Parts: sequence; C-alpha cells; structure tokens
Amino acid sequence: MITWRVPRLFRPLLNGLNIGKAQPCKVAEHSQAPATLQPERSFSSTHRLHDVPGDPSSAERVTVHFINRDGEKLTAIAKEGESLLDVVVNQNLGIDGFGACEGTLACSTCHLIFERDVFQKLDAISDEELDMLDLAYGLSDTSRLGCQVCVKKSMDGLTVQVPMEVSDLRRQMEVGKQSKQ
Amino acid sequence: MPPGRPPAQTSLLLRVPELAGQLKFNPGFKRPLSTGERIPRICIVGSGPAGFYTAQHLLKHHKLARVDIYEKLPVPFGLVRFGVAPDHPEVKNVINTFTQTAQSDRCSYYGNVTVGKDVTVEELQQAYHAVVLSYGAEDNRILGIPGENLSGVYSARALVGWYNGLPENRDLKPDLSSKTALVLGQGNVALDVARILLTPLDLLQKTDITEGSLAAIASSKVKRVWLVGRRGPLQVAFTIKELREMVNLPGARPILDPADFTGLRDAIKDVPRPRKRLTELMIKTALEKPGEKEAKIWASATREWGLKFLRSPLEILPTANGKRARGIRMAVTRLEGSGESATAVPTGEVEELECGLILSSIGYRSLPLGPSVPFDPKHGIIPNHLGRVQGVPGLYCSGWVKRGPTGVIITTMNDSFDTAQSVLEDLQAGMLNVSNTKEGFESVRSILHSRGVHPVSFSDWEKIDAAEVARGQLAGKPREKIVDPQEMLQLIGR
Repeated sequence: MITWRVPRLFRPLLNGLNIGKAQPCKVAEHSQAPATLQPERSFSSTHRLHDVPGDPSSAERVTVHFINRDGEKLTAIAKEGESLLDVVVNQNLGIDGFGACEGTLACSTCHLIFERDVFQKLDAISDEELDMLDLAYGLSDTSRLGCQVCVKKSMDGLTVQVPMEVSDLRRQMEVGKQSKQ
Repeated sequence: MPPGRPPAQTSLLLRVPELAGQLKFNPGFKRPLSTGERIPRICIVGSGPAGFYTAQHLLKHHKLARVDIYEKLPVPFGLVRFGVAPDHPEVKNVINTFTQTAQSDRCSYYGNVTVGKDVTVEELQQAYHAVVLSYGAEDNRILGIPGENLSGVYSARALVGWYNGLPENRDLKPDLSSKTALVLGQGNVALDVARILLTPLDLLQKTDITEGSLAAIASSKVKRVWLVGRRGPLQVAFTIKELREMVNLPGARPILDPADFTGLRDAIKDVPRPRKRLTELMIKTALEKPGEKEAKIWASATREWGLKFLRSPLEILPTANGKRARGIRMAVTRLEGSGESATAVPTGEVEELECGLILSSIGYRSLPLGPSVPFDPKHGIIPNHLGRVQGVPGLYCSGWVKRGPTGVIITTMNDSFDTAQSVLEDLQAGMLNVSNTKEGFESVRSILHSRGVHPVSFSDWEKIDAAEVARGQLAGKPREKIVDPQEMLQLIGR
C-alpha cells in the first residue's frame, strides 16, 4: 500500500482512483495509476476527476437518485458504464461509510435497495456478490451491492434506497420509547 | 519552520504556493480563538476500525470538533493490520479512508501511548470534553480444561497475532511439527488459521505475512486440520465467502462426513437466505460429486481439512513426559432445540483424537481498563447505552469493547457511527460543557513528557509504513512488517 503525500484539498477527489478487483463495469476512462499531484486542476468543488472525460454528453448522462438513510434525496448525474459505487464516490455524495472495501467484494457497505422492475432488469448476480450481500443488514429481495451494478442509459431517473442500519433502527426505537413516556 | 511540525509535511506544503496557506490550519499551531468559538475536543482510545470510524463520523458531522486518537502501539489500525488475514488484502482497503481521516486538519494521531499506564482515563477526561474508549479485545476466552497449558496448545488469537506481526506474539514459536492440527471453534477466525496453515507457500509468500512466520510455516509438518464445534452444521459461525475459499483451496481436499449432512436440505427449506446458502455449500461439498476442476484438485491434494460436529473438549492429553499435547478427549454431544439458539448437551459418550497442535478459537475477550471505567466481566464489555458509558458522563465506547468481540468491519463501522451520534447529540444538547475550554493534547503532552513517554505521530507512522513497503518490494510482498516496537522507534529517530 502506497502512502501518498497529497495536499488535503485534493484528497476527497482521489477516492475513485483506487481500482480493485471484481469491478464488473466498463472503467476504461478511469486511470489505473496511483494519483500524483496535479496542480493545474482548478479548486472547484464540483470539478470531476481529471481522468474521467469532462461533462458527459447528453447521450451518456444518466440521472440517479439515492434516498439516504435520513430520507434525504441525493441526485447525481452518472455516466453510462460507471458502477453505482463510482457515482457515490466521484460525486462525493454524503452517504456515511459507503464503499469501505473500495469495490472489491470484501464488505457490504454499498448495499442498495432497488425498485422491483428495475431490479429484475439488472445483470445477473454472481455467487461472490451474493456471498457478501448475504451479510448486509436489512437484506431485501431487491437488494444489490452498488459496486456490482453498472449504470445504463435505461436507468435514467433511477431511484435507489440506501438501507438503514441496525443502529438506525435501535435509535428509532429509543426515540419511540422516549416519546411514550 | 514552525515548532513541532514534521519537516517532510511542511516542505511539501511550502512547495505548492497556493497551499502554503494550509499551514495556518495545522493543529500544531495555536490559533487564537475568535470570541464565541467553542471547540469540542474529543479523545479516542484505540486506532482500530472502531476508533477511526468514530473519529470519521464526528469530524464529518461537526464542523469544529477536534479529535485526537491515542494508540498503545507505535503503529495504527488495530485488527485491520493485525487481525485480517494476510491473504485478504481487499479488506484492508479501509486503511485508505482511515489515512485520510488521520491526515485531516482536525485529527491527530498519538501512537506509543498506553492509556491506563502512560496517562489515565481521568487525566484524559480533564483534558477533553469527551473520551471514547475503542480499545477492542486484546485477550481471548480460555477453555478451562486440563492440559490447556501444554506445549502445542495456543489460542487462535495468538497465532493470528504471530503471523500478522503483532509485537506481543512475535516470539510465539508455535510447534508445527505435528501432522494433525485441531481447531476448537467454527468461526471465521478458525477458518483463517486453518487456511493459513494449509495454503501453498508460493501463494503465502506474496502476502504481507511476516518473514519469520513464513519461514516457520515453510517447515511445518501440518497436513490435516480439523475444525471442531460443539454444535451442528446449522450452527457454524463462519460465513460463506470464507468457506468457499477453503473448498477451493489449492492443494487441499475437504473431509466432510456425509452422515452430518443427510436430511439437512429439508431442515433449511425455510431459513433465511444467508444460512441457507451457507448450509447448501456444505451439503454440496459433502454429498455431491465434485465438478471436474475440484475433482482434479482433490485427487492430487496433499493436505486436508475437515469439520467435526457435536464434540465438546474435555481434556488435552499429554505426551509420556507430560510436557506436550498429543491428543484431545472430547464429549460427544447432541442438540437440544434448533437454529441459532440450539444448545449442545453431553450424551455420555467420549471420543479421543490424536493431534499435536491445538488451537482454541472460541472468541476474543476485552479487558477492563481500570477502576474508573465500569466493566461487565460476564459479557466482557463496558456497560453502556447507545455508546454512553453507564454512570460516567463524558465517557463513551465503541467497537468490540462496547458490543462484544464479534462481527466484521461493517458491524464495527455502524456501531462506531452510532456512538459518534450519541456524542454529537450530547454536544448539541449542551451536556458536554464545551464553553469550558479544554486543552486537549496540550495538557496531555506535559503529563507524557514527565513520564518519559514520547508519542509517535502519523507522519512518523508514514515513515515506518514506507520502510515496510520498501522492504516488502525486495521480497515481492506488499510490505514486510516490522515486528519489534524498538526497531519502529529507532526508524523514526528515537
């Protein structure tokens, strides 16, 4: 593992460059090399990764909505071929703890719940994905791991739900208990 | 150059002019506070996943809070570094996000500081508005049977520490001269130790397993590993990914008794999917003819692993000279009840098995920190409610010391976010008295100095990290871990 001396401003932009194994989506545009200082970049917070081709053309633009655990809707413009994990990371969406193993099928933190009709049209799930999905909290029959789902044009307007965690439900019960007192 | 700033970090920032301004945000500087600015100072004890995820959540959801992470070893990351198996590097990717957290403005890392010895919890509570205990489980449950202390008997925890370079286990020198090894317990740790003992050397030597343990495993005589559980196949605690790895292990063949699995398919018809798929994999491996690929591997396998059920350890049997383990006597049990809550009841029958290496993998265990911190010895946790330590305002806990030593990284992540949420709520509700200014590390620094303790910074760790990676490169490994804390300190100029 290489530790990079990278100025703090650049760090949030680097997450998406750590490409691990088990990436089923087309990632041709992403650089596979470790990040280096790129001082010519602008400091805009909406600036995309240097290696991903700038603004996607409308033909490739896919709108995806993530309903966060607190009910907030986060909307992102994704590129065809990215995984849903890539979308969350590249767009810096505020979903706590998403994608801990960086898309290598070694955790279940990118667990997402889909609408049934969308779910049924997704590419087949592998044993390896099922193995990790089985450990996810709040597993539903329309659950998938975001790192294994590739964005397609037909998903434009897609809405996915970030499942609650056991701690969220425990808190809800606490609040419920307190309000009854 | 500003005092107390590691030279390398300073020069980097100065090289990029626009970022020279970053210097003023470094916590090593004492910024004059504007009136009304109330900075919560939070201390976290333990730099494993629990500590880092708690820190991460606090820093993300509070714009002013400063978090200091203390660690007793010079090096950070706890079980991610010392517990996750060498052949599971993807799980260690979380180190990247922890590194980001440690390098962020409002976070500082202080290694080589043992809380409870170098500085007390009370002293920390005086220096910080909130203290979060995330020091995990450094001990293991004991079998409590005769022969447990014979040579050749080790806790799986110690073996894992040994091959992962945990300093306190570096001199374990496990005796691997026996053909048969027996692991008591059927969780993921049990599978890890079995797998590491049986994995072909050419695969092991590309991992970050320590040089010393690799050499020992190279001359190991262990050819067969049994994993023994008190209950049945439906109660195994390991998970399917790890079982699949075992089934597909090059050069190894599974020994599963078909009698353990007949009739099981009916029993799992209606169980939740995770348990169902796990059991189906065991049934398939035990009862069905292997596919072409597996058949080839199994036909030429030189090593074996197997699962034994309904056996509870009674006594470890000594050799003639009474010094080493030569076998184990076990009670044959039967199940009462079913599912997760089934219990194992002795039938009166007894069985003996010959083996010279016995590993107990029956659970890790947390230790109490001191008289000022409540501890529940029965459950091995700090009594708490949603992470708030019972009866001690301003004291919190997260991770295994809060919930008990089970679960994978996601479990600890969510648990840590949960504790951080409690801290944030208490800050919001004015319960942590942030208007009472606390000095944080500034007060702790002089205490440590007076006791001759010199903390290791995160950039010190980066030097150790770089050295390990460089040494690893020479050997074709991701890193060659340094296992001697003195060597680590020497490397950073102590």
